[in-house]
Amino acid sequence: MSNIEERVKKIVAEQLGVKEDIATDASFVDDLGADSLDTVELVMALEEEFECEIPDDEAEKITTVQQAIDYVEKNAQ
Amino acid sequence: MSKRRVVITGLGAVTPLANTVAETWDGIINGRSGITPIDSFDISPFATTFGGVIRNFDITQYIPDKDAKRMDAFIHYGIAAGCQAIEDSGIEVTEANADRIGVAIGAGIGGITGIEECYATYEKGGPRRISPFFVPGNIINMISGNLSIKYGLKGPNFAIVTACTTGTHNIGDASRLIKYGDADVMIAGGAERCTTSPTAMGGFASAKALSRRNDDPQAASRPWDKDRDGFVLSDGSGVVVLEELEHALARGAKIYAEVVGYGMSGDAYHITTPSAGGEGAARCMRNALRDAGLNPEQVDYINAHGTSTPAGDVGETQAMKAALGGHAYKVAVSSTKSMIGHLLGAAGGIEAVLTALSVKNQIAPPTINLENQDPECDLDYVPNTARDMKIDIAISNSFGFGGTNGSIVFKRYA
Repeated sequence: MSNIEERVKKIVAEQLGVKEDIATDASFVDDLGADSLDTVELVMALEEEFECEIPDDEAEKITTVQQAIDYVEKNAQ
Repeated sequence: MSKRRVVITGLGAVTPLANTVAETWDGIINGRSGITPIDSFDISPFATTFGGVIRNFDITQYIPDKDAKRMDAFIHYGIAAGCQAIEDSGIEVTEANADRIGVAIGAGIGGITGIEECYATYEKGGPRRISPFFVPGNIINMISGNLSIKYGLKGPNFAIVTACTTGTHNIGDASRLIKYGDADVMIAGGAERCTTSPTAMGGFASAKALSRRNDDPQAASRPWDKDRDGFVLSDGSGVVVLEELEHALARGAKIYAEVVGYGMSGDAYHITTPSAGGEGAARCMRNALRDAGLNPEQVDYINAHGTSTPAGDVGETQAMKAALGGHAYKVAVSSTKSMIGHLLGAAGGIEAVLTALSVKNQIAPPTINLENQDPECDLDYVPNTARDMKIDIAISNSFGFGGTNGSIVFKRYA
């Protein structure tokens, strides 16, 4: 499990250019400075890392690091 | 309306010689070539294997890495030159003046490498893999857009696209905006990156526009030499800060030169070949001199378009004779492309930077590799060695595919 958390946080850090430690409950937009294009690209990076396809209506609900971890744990192989 | 005067108060450059103005100028007046073999992709099947590649460039000096990754490097080069020019000018952007400062930096081709890379991603992964940053990361006006966001510049914001005349048209039109009163300061010029693009290299090669002197790249750009065989494709950027004279004087700005004239014309002739006898280019220079209120006899120096193509160099020579008459033989003419190659949409930008320095420093840069002058090109091209000389009036020429021409007249500010 911690493996997924680490991989998600690594992608978030790369995509959003965050250098500090990322809190699990951090919001992409409110806490990590993402804009609407950033969040689209972040979801694409998660899809690539975990070899899954996240439908648009599901992607819109992923707004925090924890939600991304939860989605991956539930849906990815 | 009294005619507002426009001066140049800041310079920025990223070139195959160096990534600053001072180092580029040092290379230029010492006649060094910045041309090297292309190594960003497998160039071996191409007819031309070298170009003016940017080396040791670090965009994170100017913008965060996160933003940089989402743009083609032509935008990086333009942002870098723009930042340098703004810093050099010492202009301070405030709430009071922000809407009087604008940006006009174009490119001839733009994010062609980024477009190629995105298409490869699409072919491999389908439409869902296309980045939301693809469009804003590759379209031409995004140097102007990004610089305006970085510095809070709320004046006119645009980018003219006219092939190899792009930089000159952006600077010329921007100077008109200041004269007309739409802005007090304009950041203007051009940027380009094509040597990383297989389709750009291939397209120019197929058009038989590029030199094929693969065994000696630094001797390939040889304007007016009888052994010239095409231009050398180069990357980079040149940007100037244009400023209304009283505005510049009020803040004690240093002044490189005054922009006193600007002319344009269309060849209406052929998509890539210059018009017979340089007719379109001659009209362009005449228009610029008329705008400046100057006679041909007052011109001291011309930074020529001088691309090193067989037809273009003859055409421009004929055009200079047509526009200046017998005085053409008394003018010092040089092509800085002999050292940095042809920066396409950035050419007019970097050549404005170099012409401003020529006027400021009273030095005509050399035309290097001029060993056996073409008898059809019989003017004084400042062969191989820079020349200290009086330059009160200088012209910079740019001519582009489509038959689009631009000339800017610079005057020594004393």
